[in-house]
Amino acid sequence: MNVHYPALLVIIPLLASFFISAAGWLRPVWCFPLAVAAMAGSLLVSLGLLVDVLLGIPGLYWFGGWPPPWGIYYRVDHLNTLVLVIIAAVGFVNLMAARPTVERDFPEKAGPFYTLYVLFVTGLLGMVVTGDAFNLYVLLEIAAITGYALIALGKGRAALSSLHYIFMGTIGACFYLLGVGYLYIVTGSLNMEDISRLLQPLHGSNVVIVAFVIMMVGIWLKMGFFPLHAWLPNAYTYAPSPVSSLVAPLMTKVMVYVMIRMILTVFTLDYAFLVLKLNDAVVWLAVIAIVAGSLLALAEKDVKRMLTYIVVAEVGYMVGGFWLGNRAGFTGAVLHIVNDALMTFCLFLAVGNIIHVKGNSRLESLSGLFRTMPWTMGALVVGALSIIGVPPTCGFFSKWYLLLGAIQSGHYGFLAALLGSSLVGVVLFFRIFEIGYFEPLGASHGPAHGEGGAAVREAPLGMLVPLWITALSLILVGLYTGEIVGRVIRHAIPEMML
Amino acid sequence: MEEILGLVIARYNYWIYITLMMVGLYGMIAKNNLVKKIVGMNIFQTAIILFYVSIGVKKGATIPIIEHSHDVAHQAVRAADYINPLPHVLMLTAIVVSVATLGVALAVAVTVYQRHQTLEEDEILKQIREP
Amino acid sequence: MKALGLIIVALVGAILVYATIDFPPFGDPESPASLHVSPRYLEKTLEETAVPNAVTSVLADYRSFDTMFETTVIFCAGVACFLLLRVPRRRPPAPRQFRHRLTGLTFRIKDGGEFVLPVREFEPVDSIWTPYDLIIETICRYLIPFIQIFGLYVIAHGHYSPGGGFQGGVILGASIILLSVSHNLRTALKRMGEKTSALFSPLGVLIYTGTGVLCLVLGYNFLDYQALAALLPGGPIMARSHGIFLVEVGVGMAVMGTMVWIFKNLASRGRYDEGL
Repeated sequence: MNVHYPALLVIIPLLASFFISAAGWLRPVWCFPLAVAAMAGSLLVSLGLLVDVLLGIPGLYWFGGWPPPWGIYYRVDHLNTLVLVIIAAVGFVNLMAARPTVERDFPEKAGPFYTLYVLFVTGLLGMVVTGDAFNLYVLLEIAAITGYALIALGKGRAALSSLHYIFMGTIGACFYLLGVGYLYIVTGSLNMEDISRLLQPLHGSNVVIVAFVIMMVGIWLKMGFFPLHAWLPNAYTYAPSPVSSLVAPLMTKVMVYVMIRMILTVFTLDYAFLVLKLNDAVVWLAVIAIVAGSLLALAEKDVKRMLTYIVVAEVGYMVGGFWLGNRAGFTGAVLHIVNDALMTFCLFLAVGNIIHVKGNSRLESLSGLFRTMPWTMGALVVGALSIIGVPPTCGFFSKWYLLLGAIQSGHYGFLAALLGSSLVGVVLFFRIFEIGYFEPLGASHGPAHGEGGAAVREAPLGMLVPLWITALSLILVGLYTGEIVGRVIRHAIPEMML
Repeated sequence: MEEILGLVIARYNYWIYITLMMVGLYGMIAKNNLVKKIVGMNIFQTAIILFYVSIGVKKGATIPIIEHSHDVAHQAVRAADYINPLPHVLMLTAIVVSVATLGVALAVAVTVYQRHQTLEEDEILKQIREP
Repeated sequence: MKALGLIIVALVGAILVYATIDFPPFGDPESPASLHVSPRYLEKTLEETAVPNAVTSVLADYRSFDTMFETTVIFCAGVACFLLLRVPRRRPPAPRQFRHRLTGLTFRIKDGGEFVLPVREFEPVDSIWTPYDLIIETICRYLIPFIQIFGLYVIAHGHYSPGGGFQGGVILGASIILLSVSHNLRTALKRMGEKTSALFSPLGVLIYTGTGVLCLVLGYNFLDYQALAALLPGGPIMARSHGIFLVEVGVGMAVMGTMVWIFKNLASRGRYDEGL
């Protein structure tokens, strides 16, 4: 509808962040309303873009009025519009849920916190919508730098974890930048579609192979793909809960999107699947990631830390699904970006509520929680069922497509890993339910005990409402899977996929 | 042999950047002190900057400021006379990013020091394991 | 760790060396990088933007959207350092120190003591040991205005010579940092307070983004400076040149403010007393 939507998507939160930062010094009470307005603005614009895409209006935007190979352009298509909506929605809902924790734990830093929060979402939105390889790097760094700072805000080990994340993240981003440089040196362009056109005759070149490998390693580092995941669990565990429920669902998924975008638009599927023939190897890597992530999750005694390993395993789902190289696998991978963002968001929000009330999220402190925090635990159950893949939650459907893809391409290792990790999920979450439902309140919680063990001690309403919105959306997205696949994702599948 | 040597000499800029980059990478992986790791990170990023800038070089060309005068009408500009401005622009961005990362990394390192009273990684890990 | 490091370094190095075989030779004017996109910048910059310095025109016009986020990265870093380091000011009852301006002698007033000497000849300092050197202080005091004028020149002359907002902003920021290194942080804070530097950096980026939004409001694309022809004299091409200047001023302000802000936070561990 409005031709300026692709630009507004990023500019609204960007402008707001400057005002939030200034308000932190002049009128601290305005910080939160401004942040809410920014997030609501970009959510509305992203929904507008989704409608545009459904109506078949292409969302192209030339910044500065310069045509593509010379200027920077934004492009909204069937592949990224859903990711945009999810980022904006998670950013908006999580902001609502963040307020009680921020006001309790670091009230005097609310201004800079909301500034960085909004900038983080801006960076992610820009990464998804951009059509310029170098612009993507700059936005990646915005998301990364704000992420480092927000994570380091946590207590205890958070600072050291954040520093490790900085090292790994910088290596990842630099590898990506190096890949862009290699592509630039052989093509002379930075525009994704232009590079792709110029790369066609260069498929045999060493430079392109190395650019591909380096770029993939960089992106995998950023998304925490299994052997390169070492920074992820600590960084996401020790971050403050409003930060982990923002960063953990979004950052990894956006990097998966970037991987798909780079292969589809820049290197082309022909190159990745037919020239390099890496698909089998990468799917096996994904199998290892799923197995290792699930097993490591099983070994954890802290719910939040367990979730971070589930994130590692889920990354394996998406990477593997894409590299299967058939329609079902691709559909599953893209659908899983959306679903997994929502699922992990729901779980991290629930754990955030538990931490807000209990102070930690160790397994033993969950005892009796179904009585004292029924609403939070209820949402946790919905999220857990979705991760396991129980219909009608959305997790079932994307897993279904992934399984279908594995069968179609005859990759039974991936099939076994998917089923196995679902079983592990059952064990994991039923252990939590068991502790929460059957075990009595632990004696370690003196005050709660004193008030009478079964007294309801829930998180504030401001945190429960966002949590339940998310939990219900899991079911809603599950019910509308047919629509999403049929009207959006189906059009994003490249023609050459079988 | 001479061919290989010629190949190396014609592309010596890339060899230099790779060496520098590997020095930085090694520092980041192998050093124990957190500030040394940060320095390694900075070397790593600087190497990429050198790589990009060396893409822009053209033999016999000058800096990309177009010669002009107000009285003479615009003359055709030969692109081969000026070096490629694009890598320079990109690297201005990369320099800024690396400064920003350095700033944040140092700030986090200060926080680590305030919490653990040391910047040696093994000592910090020991403190965490045995509280 | 060392062995692992060596293995990784050797592996990555080998991969990178493998690619160099197919690279164009150093300084080759016929390499693809010099032939595809960049010639247009060189050939058309004067025609299209009236800026002879191609780096400036690419930076602030053709790829100005990148540069806007680049300035935002700086702003992010400033906010991040503040968020992580700044300790809210709670004044513990501590002894105060005063230094006699002429002799450099430092007096220490115990808790609750009254300072009876003429205040004008003394200045408050944060610790007994605050470095003080008359020669360095004097030279730097005279040098700083010239450094700042040079910084402004670099910002303003970026269209015609090497320079621009980033370089000029860094020089301006460095002049304030020089003040705090040669004198002390307290003096630098007196010249440019915490709030000033913290407001400078969003304001600078806001000028940049605001220019873009202004173009959008005038009916053109974001950051299409042609739109400014409606407000400024000289037609659409000069409007591009003016737009670039506006943006460079914004960048200069943001970089200067943030540099000083990061320095203050890092140097004093967020306590804004004499950290160095």
